[in-house]
Amino acid sequence: MDLALDVNDLRVSYDGKEVLRDVSFSAPHGRMTGIIGPNGAGKSTLMKAVLGLLHTDRGTVRFDGKPLKEMRKRIAYVPQRSSIDWDFPINVRDTVLLGSYPSLGLIRRPGKAEKEEALQSLRKVGMEEFANRQIGQLSGGQQQRVFLARALLQHADLLFLDEPFVGVDASSEEVIIGLLKELRDSGKSIFVVHHDLSKAVAYFDDLLLLNGEVIAYGPANEVLRPVHMEQAYGTFGGLIAGGGGL
Amino acid sequence: MSGFITDILNYGFLQKAMFTSVMVGIICGVIGCFIVLRGMSLMGDAISHAVLPGVAISYMLGVNYFYGAVVAGVLTSVGIGFVSEKSRIKNDSAIGIIFSAFFALGIILMAKAASSVDLTSILFGNVLAVRSADMWTTLVIGAIVLITVIVFYKELLVTTFDPTLAATFGLPNRLIHYAIMVLLTLVTVASLRTVGIILVVAMLITPASTAYLLTDRLPVMIGLSALFGALSAVIGLYVSFNYNLSSGAVIVLAATALFLLALFFSPKQGLLWRSMRTSKNRKAARNGD
Repeated sequence: MDLALDVNDLRVSYDGKEVLRDVSFSAPHGRMTGIIGPNGAGKSTLMKAVLGLLHTDRGTVRFDGKPLKEMRKRIAYVPQRSSIDWDFPINVRDTVLLGSYPSLGLIRRPGKAEKEEALQSLRKVGMEEFANRQIGQLSGGQQQRVFLARALLQHADLLFLDEPFVGVDASSEEVIIGLLKELRDSGKSIFVVHHDLSKAVAYFDDLLLLNGEVIAYGPANEVLRPVHMEQAYGTFGGLIAGGGGL
Repeated sequence: MSGFITDILNYGFLQKAMFTSVMVGIICGVIGCFIVLRGMSLMGDAISHAVLPGVAISYMLGVNYFYGAVVAGVLTSVGIGFVSEKSRIKNDSAIGIIFSAFFALGIILMAKAASSVDLTSILFGNVLAVRSADMWTTLVIGAIVLITVIVFYKELLVTTFDPTLAATFGLPNRLIHYAIMVLLTLVTVASLRTVGIILVVAMLITPASTAYLLTDRLPVMIGLSALFGALSAVIGLYVSFNYNLSSGAVIVLAATALFLLALFFSPKQGLLWRSMRTSKNRKAARNGD
């Protein structure tokens, strides 16, 4: 199979209200894909549904031709920062070390090799010197970099990031996007929920424009055509960051 | 104090009391950390109250109250989960409805159970009346709880800190939730004789909260929490023995005293230092203007 991610006829609803319908798309390997759309378009929902974190009404999702169950160890997910308890008694190094858990299986603890590797991951995101900090004492950008380091430790072939640039300083954003592009160049497939349209072409190879259903999917500059944007954001919706809405 | 030590050496009942209450302090401290970090304090209170009908039925059937308590505890947590997931009732209300119903049922069943059962000692504990059988029950439960936490530490950590990440790892969050409920029931059973049903929740959340104020690392928090639990038990037992006070109540107040010390004087989180820093900053700001 040539497809990194194959989504077919996905439908998701909350309390009987349809949030996503007829979502189908096929993403080849080694691409960086941005998932964009107005607020409430179902971007995060799509990501969670694909990763089996939500109940889906119908539809199939295949990773590399296989179902989620067989692919868990090759998938890494970076959730939105708001979903974390930042007062939790855990430091940066141990947070990154969580990424080694799937490969360790039950009962086995991370050893010297995993700890060393965790530090290497932190070095890649430029956060090594913060290894012993409690996670709540970091800035938003630093927190996001720590999560990326954790995803690196998972050695995943498919990476899913939900709004990684929200509340993140410019230099952290640069580090993160640089690393993601590096990963993409090494053959990994990356999916990013994103709302800042101004950088969409610079950041992503492909875009998936969503508004309850797939409006357009393909190479970034083709998706960002006015006709599509009108369909997704409404007549007066513009190309301005986060603008539009319903 | 030396008189107390001589008494411990001389009296078997006091040795049992000491051993049992220290063990209870340790296991409550350990499991309490996960209860506090998962935001399940109210759930802990509920489960501990709700074991009462199970204990009563066990007495009626003449079996160890351990079995009845576990069944009642699991039924309660399943019942709470059912009501809060299937209806629009919010979680805290569901907890209140289910556990008070179980507790009420327990009170009636206790009255019907054989007259040898003393409701007061189950509600409030009476550590000086600990029998050998109770001590062994506590020891076995303590071993189960501690081994479970050590073996599954990794899974407990990730499901507590980041359930979403745990789900992408394929870990069964719901199963682990119920496993913790079972552990919680076991801990309650172990604590029946020392602090009693009503005050168990304090031993679960007070030492753990004290430790939470003092450290930023989970393993340290668990160790400190167990230490504070054990220390409260020793202090409580000493005071309750010497002044003839209710053991459970004194143990809980000892734990509270430790908590208050940490609340005001903790090096990082202490309210005293915080207010000193604030007033210093204010002064500096005033002088700067």
